[in-house]
Formats: sequence, C-alpha cells, structure tokens
Amino acid sequence: MHFMLLFSRQGKLRLQKWYTATAERDKKKMVRELMQIVLARKPKMCSFLEWRDLKIVYKRYASLYFCCAIEEQDNELITLEVIHRFVELLDKYFGSVCELDIIFNFEKAYFILDEFLMGGEIQDTSKKSVLKAIEQADLLQEFH
Amino acid sequence: MALKIVKGSIDRMFDKNLQDLVRGIRNHKEDEAKYISTCIDEIKQELKQDNIAVKANAVCKLTYLQMLGYDVSWAAFNIVEVMSSSKFTYKRIGYLAASQCFHESTDVIMLTTNQIRKDLSSPNQYDTGVALTGLSCFVTPDLARDLANDIMTLMSHTKPYIRKKAVLIMYKVFLKYPESLRPAFPRLKEKLEDPDPGVQSAAVNVICELARRNPKNYLSLAPLFFKLMTSSTNNWVLIKIIKLFGALTPLEPRLGKKLIEPLTNLIHSTSAMSLLYECVNTVYIDVNTPPLPSLSLSLCLYLSLPPQLCVQKLRILIEDSDQNLKYLGLLAMSKILKTHPKSVQSHKDLILQCLDDKDESIRLRALDLLYGMVSKKNLMEIVKKLMLHVDKAEGTTYRDELLTKIIDICSQSNYQYITNFEWYISILVELTRLEGTRHGHLIASQMLDVAIRVKAIRGFAVAQMATLLDNAHLLTGNMQRMGICEVLYAAAWICGEFSEHLENPMQTLEAMLRPKVATLPGHIQAVYVQNAAKLFATVLKSQEGNTDSTAAQETSQLMIDRLPLFVQSANLEVQERASCILQLVKYIQKLQQKDVEVAEEVSALFAGELNPVAPKAQKKVPVPEGLDLDSWINEPPSESESEDEQPKAIFAKEEPKHSRPRREEVDEKELAKRREARKQEQANNPFYIKASPSSQKVYQEAPGVEHIPVVQIDLSVPLKVPGLPMSDQYVKLEEERRQKERAEKKKKEKKKRKEKRSGRGKKHDSGPESEEDITPAHQVDIVTEEMPEKSSKHKKKKQKKEKEEKEKKKKKKHHHHHHHSDGGGEEAVQNGTVEEEEPLLTSLKNKSSTYQVVVSVIFENKCDSFLKSMEFNVLDSLNSKLQRPEGSGPHDGLTVPFQLPPGVSNEARFVFTVQSIIMPQKLKGTLTFIVKDSSTHEKLDFKLHFTCTSYLITTPCYSDAFAKLLESGDLKCSSVRLEGVNMPFHHLLARICFHHHFSVVERIDSCASMYSRSIQGHHVCLLVKVTVSIDAKCDEPTLLGNVLDEIKQTFSQC
Repeated sequence: MHFMLLFSRQGKLRLQKWYTATAERDKKKMVRELMQIVLARKPKMCSFLEWRDLKIVYKRYASLYFCCAIEEQDNELITLEVIHRFVELLDKYFGSVCELDIIFNFEKAYFILDEFLMGGEIQDTSKKSVLKAIEQADLLQEFH
Repeated sequence: MALKIVKGSIDRMFDKNLQDLVRGIRNHKEDEAKYISTCIDEIKQELKQDNIAVKANAVCKLTYLQMLGYDVSWAAFNIVEVMSSSKFTYKRIGYLAASQCFHESTDVIMLTTNQIRKDLSSPNQYDTGVALTGLSCFVTPDLARDLANDIMTLMSHTKPYIRKKAVLIMYKVFLKYPESLRPAFPRLKEKLEDPDPGVQSAAVNVICELARRNPKNYLSLAPLFFKLMTSSTNNWVLIKIIKLFGALTPLEPRLGKKLIEPLTNLIHSTSAMSLLYECVNTVYIDVNTPPLPSLSLSLCLYLSLPPQLCVQKLRILIEDSDQNLKYLGLLAMSKILKTHPKSVQSHKDLILQCLDDKDESIRLRALDLLYGMVSKKNLMEIVKKLMLHVDKAEGTTYRDELLTKIIDICSQSNYQYITNFEWYISILVELTRLEGTRHGHLIASQMLDVAIRVKAIRGFAVAQMATLLDNAHLLTGNMQRMGICEVLYAAAWICGEFSEHLENPMQTLEAMLRPKVATLPGHIQAVYVQNAAKLFATVLKSQEGNTDSTAAQETSQLMIDRLPLFVQSANLEVQERASCILQLVKYIQKLQQKDVEVAEEVSALFAGELNPVAPKAQKKVPVPEGLDLDSWINEPPSESESEDEQPKAIFAKEEPKHSRPRREEVDEKELAKRREARKQEQANNPFYIKASPSSQKVYQEAPGVEHIPVVQIDLSVPLKVPGLPMSDQYVKLEEERRQKERAEKKKKEKKKRKEKRSGRGKKHDSGPESEEDITPAHQVDIVTEEMPEKSSKHKKKKQKKEKEEKEKKKKKKHHHHHHHSDGGGEEAVQNGTVEEEEPLLTSLKNKSSTYQVVVSVIFENKCDSFLKSMEFNVLDSLNSKLQRPEGSGPHDGLTVPFQLPPGVSNEARFVFTVQSIIMPQKLKGTLTFIVKDSSTHEKLDFKLHFTCTSYLITTPCYSDAFAKLLESGDLKCSSVRLEGVNMPFHHLLARICFHHHFSVVERIDSCASMYSRSIQGHHVCLLVKVTVSIDAKCDEPTLLGNVLDEIKQTFSQC
C-alpha cells in the first residue's frame, strides 16, 4: 500500500498516512488530484479506479471517504477489507465513531492505524489484539 | 525552581490544547489562514519553554497543522526533543509527529539514532512498539544500517507484539539497506513457523513482498509455504501465499502441478470473494501474461486448470449485484481474453448486460471486452446492442466513447469481421444522427475508406450519400451538431467520384449547389465545389445523349448561376476551385451554344479511378532498371586516410565492395527515418485516404467555422431521415442469408455423407456454425501486395515474415565489418619499390563457441613490376588462428590465388577462428612474394588488428527494451571521459555509430543513449553526454573496457 487518506465530503483532509517516501509538494498535489476524482464519482459507482500507475480503492462511510493507493498486483478486495477493518476498529474504540471523533482525536486515529498497519502491511488480522494493544498503551498513558 | 514549575503549569492552563485548536479553526472559517498564523506564533512560544508537556502539546498541534498542509519542518528539532521524553504519553506524540513530518532529507534524523536504539531496547514493550512504528515511516539507509542488528534481535523478542512489528519493519530495512537481508533471512524464515498467528502472517507478508521483487531466491521456501497454504484458514495470509506462488511458479514449473489441487479446492470452497479473486487473478492471469510470455505456455500446460472454471467463477463475480465485484470480474475477464478468447466469448450475453450498468467505469470495461470478443458471427448482434445504447446514453463523453468503439470494433483488422458492408454503411449513416458528437471526421473517414475499397458497395453507398446530401439541413441545422457535418465531406466526395452510380445525378447536383452549403466549413465547401464539377460532367454526358440540347444548356446555366456564391467565399481554396470551375463551365456553355458536343471532353477531366494506397505501398514500387539505389550519388566524405591516398581510378573500381557494408547500416537507420518522413507526409496530404484523422482536424480550424450562422431547428420527432436505411433490417437479412447458406451446406453434406456412409459423419453435424462457414457478402478490396501487414491471410503472411526474419538474421551474421586501416592493416614497407595497401574486410560467422572471422585482404600492386607467388602467413595466437587447409602445418603460409600485374589490386579472403572476443587481438604476419623481373623473394611484414569493435554488430534497440536492459542489473558499469574533443554532438554520435557499430536508442538534448551487441550476444549500452563523457554498461566488463579504449582512441586521433 502506498498511502491511505481520509477526507470529508467537502474535500477536507482528515488523516493521511504515507508508506512510501514522497516529497511534500508531490503529496499535496496527489491529495488534491485524488480528492477531486473521488469526490466526483457517483455513489453507485464501483470503488476502484486506475490512477497514474496505481490502483485506487476508496469507500465512503457517512461523510468520510477512506482512500487507499495500491500497486498493480495488489488485491483490491482485500484492500477494501482493510479499510472496513480500520473503520470497525475506530468504531469499537470510539463507540459509534463519527467524523468529529476523528477530527478532535486525530492522534488517536493515527495510533489505531499504526497498530493496525505498519509500513503499508497489515500487522495483525485479529481485531481483538489490535484493540488490546491500543487500550494497554492508553492505560500506560493515563498512568503517567 | 519550584516557582518555575508552578508558573509552567499555570501557563499550561491557558495554553490551547489540540481540541481548542481544532475548534478554533472551525470557528474561523473566514480567516483561517490568519488564525492559524497566530496559532503558529503561540506554538513557537510554547516550544521555547522547558516544560516537556507544553512542548508535546505544541508538537501535537503542529502535527495537525501539518496535515492541513502547513510547513512545520522548522520544528523538527523540537519533535526530536519530545520523542526523547521518558514519558510514554509524550514519546508517543513525538514519534507520531516524526512519522508524519520526517522524510529522508530531514537532517535531524541523524540525531535520533541513539534515542531510537534506547527505545527499542526499552523494557516497556509499548515504548519499543511506538519506536518501531515511527521508524517504519522515516527509516533512512543510515538508520537501517545502524539499527538493523537491534531490530534483528527484536525478531526473537519474547512478546509476540514486538516480534510481529520487528518482522514487518525488517522489510523496510531490507529496502533501505539490502545487505541486512542475508544475515536476517534465517531468522525471518524461522518466523514463518512462529506460534503466534500475527507474527506468522507478518513473516508471510514480508517474504511475499520480497519474493515479488526477486523470486528466485525464495524457491527453497516453496515446500514450507505449500504446507502453510494447505493448513492456514486465514484468508489474509492465504492471499499473500497465493501471490507468492504466483511469483514462484514461473521459475519452477513443477510447482504448478502441485498447486492445481489445493487451488482448485480453494476456488471451489471459499466463500471469500477476495480470496477467490486472488486465486483466479494471480494463478490464471498474472502468471500467464507477460513479462513471462515464454513461460506462460508451459504454465498453461502445468496449471491445467480449465480456463472455463475461472471464467465461470468470474461470471459469478460479474453477475453479483455488488458493483465492485462486477468491475473486478470484467477486469479479470479482459486479462483472460488475451489468452483464452474462446472461453470468454461464450459469455457475450453477460458482457452485453453490463452495458446497461449505471456505473460508467463498468460500462467502459465491458466495452473494452467487447472489442476483443467480436467475430463474424456476432458482430451484427453486438453492434445492434451498442447502437441501442448509443440512443439511450446520457452524456456526450460516454456516447462518443460508444461511437468510437463501434467503429473500432467494426473496422478492426481491415474489416475482418464485417460480412455485409451495406449493413456497415447504414450503421455509419445511423451514427450521423447522433447529436453533439465530436467524431464526425471519424465517421467520414470510414465512409470514404469503405466506399473506395469495397467496390461492390459503391452503388449502395452513393445512394445513401445522395440522401444524406439531400437532407444535409438535418445535419447542419443545429449548432451542437457541428462535428457531424464532417460527414458531408465524405458524402459529397463519394457522390462526385462515383457519380456513375447515381440514380438522379441532377437532383444531387442541385443539392450540392444550394445556397445553404455556403454555411458549411470551408474545407467541406471546397469538396462540394470540386465534386459538383464531377457531377456536372456526368449529367452532361447523360443529357447530351438525349438529343435535347436545351437540358444540357440548362445544367450549365445552373452551374453558372450558383457558383458565384462560392467564388465570394472567404475560404481561399473554395474561391480558387469555384472560380476555376466557373470559367470552365462558361466556356462549355459557349461551346454548347455552338452545338458542339462537349460531354466526352468534360468527363475526360475526371477520368481514371482513384485507388486506395496502403501506407507501405511505396515499398512495392519496383525499382526502375538501371537505378542503383545503393550507389552513392556523391562520393561520401572519406572517413579513413587510406582511402584518401588511393588513386581515384582504383577506388572507383573498388566501390561496390566498399559500399556494401555501409549500405546495410544506412538501410536500417535510413528506412526508419524514411518511414517516419513518409508518415508525416501522408498525414499532411488530404488526398491520402488512409491517412490518420488528424489531417481533417487541421481543417476544422479553418476560419470558415465561426462564420456559420446558427439556425436552431426544434425537432421533437426523432431525427429519422426519410429513405435512410435501418441497419436492423440487415441483421434480419443476414440471418436469412446465413440460414440459406447453412441449408445449402447441409444439403451438400448430406449428399456427401450418403456417398461416404462412414461413421465419421458425426463430426460434420450442423451444430453451431464455425467462423469459416460465414462467407462475407462483400469482399473488401484488399490487394495483398499493397496491404502486406493487415491482410486477412494472416497465417501465410506470418510464416513469410518469420522466414524473412530468419533471412535477416543470417544476413546479419554475414554482416561485413569495415576494418579501418588506421587501426587495422598496419604494415611496414620494407622495400621501397613495393607499396601495398590492405583495407581489411572482416566478416563474422558464428560456429558454436568458436567464431569464424573472415578477413578480406585487398592486395594492391603499386610498383611497376609484376608480382607473383604471393604467400600469406600469420603467426597464430592462442585465441585466434588462421584456418589452413588440412594437412598443412601450423606455420605454413597460404598461397594467394592470383598474381598482381603493376597497378592492379585484387582481394583474397582468409578465415580465422576466434575463441574469445572480449579482448582485441594483434596478429603478426608476413607476405612473401616474388618480383618477376628480379625473381627474388621479397617479404612484407604486417599486423592484423582485430579490434573489439569489429565484433560488435549494429543492432537497433527500442528505448523501452533498452530501459529494461538497464534495469535488469546484469550489466557492469564503466565510464570514460574524452578529453579535448570539440565537435558538434551529432558528429560525435555519428562517429561512434560509424566507427564502433552503435545505434542511437534515444537522444534527449545533451545526452544520448546508444546500443550495440556483440556477435556473442553481449549487450553494450552507452550514455553519451555532451560534456563528452561516456557512461557505459555491458555484461562483459573486459569487452566494455576495450570498446571504450577503442572509442577513446578514435577520438584522440581527431
């Protein structure tokens, strides 16, 4: 996976995670371009598109778009699964998550993502163990 | 001190935390930038304080601002400070900020090495975890090198939480610091069998990604993965394993056989679509398609999963209501189509259904598929469906896409699938009724192409075009329909050129001279005027036969009345043609009034038929006798000194031999150049019918377009032009025709069977008709000589081509190489009376591992005496030996089979065997001869120089192949600087090409890439820069070094 973006219906970036080294300027350009393309797509359309030499997999949850860029040989369906899994994790953590949760606790959202994915690869396929790790790390944080 | 702490915590109470910042930004929607700049100022203040909590808060806010697109690189050092806090809360924020903001060029990363190492070995597993996570985002080659060992130890940490992170991050480390792979690999392999499923899947992930980059190192792991695949139930892991096998199988075909069973089981049993898709996609497609085309065949055999199984499974995907599955199914289908077209074709119905889908991307995918699926049998049906969609389609872009696809589908491989051209013409005519299409010119060029090449269709086409012209107002009435009026260009031309087929030429002539025509774009008007003249000739001819001279005169009058409108046109070409024709008609009228019969002469103006010309037709034009295309018109500037010295008369005699090697070089490069030039020329020639549509685009920009008054015609009724055919009827007709044919065939076959009465008759059962059974109703006029590439007789042509290629290869082996005497035939003139020059021609022949080099030596007698009994001898080296006749000793000389009268030259050839070509060779030799007058033995020493260059063969190379070659990493690198060379860059390149048998792959401004290949197949790649440095790559470093030395030498001599 090359990167993961979260952005709102209004085209505001909510979260970005890059797994390949990209210059800051290119990042901005890519994000802008991708947001335009994805936001222009109609709801009934499928979740995949070919963009530059990458495949883009996106999914909309309420007002938020989750968008991943993967390589040619990667599996689109499993990427959708990854997105869904991430949303489930957020949901479990925040308790019926909404966009505001992610805006105000954006560092938490990153922590969860980092526990779930590392270097663009899935770290753990079990939801439970990811959540456990987060909770314990949080406990540690409250403790100090 | 205590006071300070208190002060700090009081300050903190007034600080904004992240939530406040976010809220603030949301409340300042109007002046967000201003608000944020004040915030950044605050943050800068906060960062200056000693309190780590304040700093962490500031860094947290910065991370948020960074995401919004603000530059926070100035705070990099503060981030490092927060990272090194001992408290997990702050450390976590620090690492998060670092992972978001740091990249390889951030210089403070250097400072983090020790901190990270400390965190990695922290007793708290979450400290370690957070460090690993952060590191995975900003690891640099330096960090990777310094920390590789620490991470490797963590791979066997007691906590699975750390183990899995360590395993995953190793992949990033390998990428940045490949040397770490070898020591870490055993441990990584161990992790494949880790008791913790998370660690195990991490290891699978890493190895799978590694194997995709370089599969051959991981073949040994196949059994282990095989075990994992059959035992694991985790779909995430299974997908990765299947991907891995997809990469491994091409290298070890036996694996394929083993995989069939588990894969088939998976395909049948899994309920997870992602896994199913992976099975089908990887195993069937990725493996079967390039970059491994040569292996794919054997794989098909080994992985003898029937393609039907995959296609069936894909069908399930496509039938699914989920758009995503549908899309992926179509995507995979189009990949299978390349290898197994038959098995996909049977699902035509499904693909056609997808055209109804709401999602445009799915429809476009389906369209792509259809292109590859048509056959003679189903073309009409598919196009009929597409036409329905054209009518329904919303949005012009999609409709235009449909239109071009319809035309692409029909016209592919020279109308291979069209059996009835009347049908095709009516399809084209129907397409003209499309509103707002931009592809009028495409339709027009198809009309022209078909009408010209399919002779049998002309009568029909002309009738259709006449109706189009008659109803031209329907096409031009609406501004949105501008693009479509291009069709009138074709219509007018067809009606004019083939006017003998017109039923009522007079009516068409009138239609073409209507005042409204003047509203059309200029280039169309020009065609109208020209073709009106053609029609005029036809009309005259028919009217003069009728003995009623008034009718003919009236026609002339009509022309004289209408043409002035065009003479006034703003378009130059229209003006020119119109005034020319107007004068002509006036003259004709004068003659008519004198009762002179003019029709014959007028039609003679347009006599003769225009023929379609294939783009490569020029090649087929026979060379006139006596024209030697290979000889130089002007003698080329001589490249080597020896040639200069030679007396002219003798040189002229030698010329055929000299020019031959050059000719071959010129041929390949020049041909490409000429082809390019010819294409250019064709594209610019409007009368060149096969030219690309771009020629017509040029016209569109003519000034006439803007001047056309717009008349809106509101038509609520669909635009159906009366009298125009409906393509549907042809589908029916075709059905009938085929049925008839089938019936006839059946009859015949029955007869046959009766005669034969053999049990084999079953085979001929009249089941589904095969492709070959459908005979086209019209023949496309394809003259095979003119269309060598695309003719329908594919198979024969292919064989021919292969032969040709083989021949070419042979020729290449015989390729003559010019040895320049400046490096080649050096000789010491021993006797003042005898002067001999020996330009050497070597030719190379491959004979297994030893190579034969043929050296042509030209003996030239420059003295006044007769020379005889010449003997040529060379001192053999280990590597190169002169081939001597059997029975002679290793030191015997070879008799030169001729004598030399004064002033005469002759050539003799000697064969050498060469073993290694990577080093240049110098052979010493002597020539002994007898001067007739003195009858004494004379001796002449010479050296024979085999340069490495002479083993190179100019081989053209495409830039993509070249890039691949460079990427492959098999080539060794070397470079050289040429000092003191100041010649234009292109001269420099030309010199390298000429002297060293290179060809230019690509030239970009100040550098050029060049390529050559040795007779043993070594690739030699050069990158020449205008600063006169040469970077070179070759799979044989010694050869490369020597070639570079030779290049250097060439330039040191100039």
